[in-house]
Amino acid sequence: MRVLPVGTDALLVEVSSGDQAQALHAELLRRRKAGSLRVRDIVPAARTVLLDGLADPAGLAADLAATRLPPAAPAPPRTVEVPVRYDGPDLAEVAAHWGVSVPEVARIHARAEFRVAFCGFAPGFGYLTGLPGRYDTPRRATPRTAVPAGSVALAGPYTGVYPRTSPGGWQLIGTTDVVLWDPAREPAALLVPGTRVRFVPADGPEPEIPAAGAGTASAVGAA
Amino acid sequence: MTDRALAVVRAGALTTVQDQGRAGHAHLGVPRSGALDGPAAALVNRLVGNAPDAAVLETTVDGCALRPRSAVTVAVAGAPCAVTVDGRPAAWGAPVRVRAGEVLEAGRACCGVRAYVGVSGGIAVDPVLGSRSTDLLSGLGPAPLTDGAVLPLGAPAAPPARVDVAPVPAPPLELVLRVTPGPRDDWFTPLAVRTFTSRTYRVSPASNRIGLRTTGPALERARREELPSEGMVLGAVQVPPDGTPVVFLADHPTTGGYPVIAVVHPDDLPAAAQAPPGTPVRFVAVRRR
Repeated sequence: MRVLPVGTDALLVEVSSGDQAQALHAELLRRRKAGSLRVRDIVPAARTVLLDGLADPAGLAADLAATRLPPAAPAPPRTVEVPVRYDGPDLAEVAAHWGVSVPEVARIHARAEFRVAFCGFAPGFGYLTGLPGRYDTPRRATPRTAVPAGSVALAGPYTGVYPRTSPGGWQLIGTTDVVLWDPAREPAALLVPGTRVRFVPADGPEPEIPAAGAGTASAVGAA
Repeated sequence: MTDRALAVVRAGALTTVQDQGRAGHAHLGVPRSGALDGPAAALVNRLVGNAPDAAVLETTVDGCALRPRSAVTVAVAGAPCAVTVDGRPAAWGAPVRVRAGEVLEAGRACCGVRAYVGVSGGIAVDPVLGSRSTDLLSGLGPAPLTDGAVLPLGAPAAPPARVDVAPVPAPPLELVLRVTPGPRDDWFTPLAVRTFTSRTYRVSPASNRIGLRTTGPALERARREELPSEGMVLGAVQVPPDGTPVVFLADHPTTGGYPVIAVVHPDDLPAAAQAPPGTPVRFVAVRRR
């Protein structure tokens, strides 16, 4: 774990894997909830967690350097199911890249258990990890000027769902009607960092998916 | 209370509603937003008797014109500009009484970029995540003003300040930005780090509420690989592939994948908001406390 000072009141804590970043994020959230960490923003990302708005960054940096992380993040408190139609315009390209058939792309994607590693790009846009590394997907060579809201897309190790129409270079594999972002909802983002996510094919449950754990809530009507 | 409102007579090039922003939602991908020149926004609020977090209008270069439907007190500060009420000259940087139906105009900035218009009671559009700020990156908050739009006003909280003149800093002829190095200064060559804090850059016309872009000597990277996306702070100096520094302002993205060579001291960012294109910029390295 490397602790890098950022400006006058922030720290960037760098770890060596996405799993460790999620474990660190969970530990920092636990400390904030317990009242032992006072900070304005905790921003997880691919290999880092940013702590912004700290009263005593130097003191916390020393404390964190002596911290040993738990080996894995605790089980997330919430699971969201996202109904999806695997009808994206880039399905064939993704299938070719993975070396599988088009229907197999949908099966592989729907079988994986995802977790929101971090948010960014747009309010409510989550970077979801969970696909095995052999299914990393390159971005499109030419980004689209307008990706429709609700598009389920792949880039690198991540799956994302566009909360609103925006430009984007991710490969589109499907569509969902779930509302990803609703400022009137608390939290406004459906996919908050740490949330467990499963994509459920809209044309019926995928028989190969093992039963979800307790506490599973459908995203539909979760507002 | 329907007459507690302002009609927009001339929206200007880009006029937005701003308050102190919506910090604390960065983990959801929500920029902090808020007035770029915070002290100027706080000043106009103080002059008209508002709380510091009341929403004001932030104009860009050419001001705006407004017609209140009831008598209000207004104040214009930030970028210096001519202020008129129904064409009659009025004070800049001081409370001004405007009667129902009169037109308050903040003219073109003679220097600086952004003028702030505070109105007694504050702009009372519906808040989003606790803020009324327009966020131009992600589209949260009210849309930028358009001619003919009508903005609701809140109820005045306190009488206007009793001042003749409020001291305000002049817009910068040269922008001197104190920076603390890192977190990714080690991604640049030692020569690039020296270049960054010794050469003069200029404010690029491509600057906006998201970032102060610059032109000047390109900074060469020592590491060529891609930086995994990481959290970004206000004032971060990000260096995109073209090598010229971009200072992140209020509407900056919450995560980014280009290395941050240094972070600008927050007290120096209001001046950055008032530096027009072409203004020389120097980044001065300072120690971290």
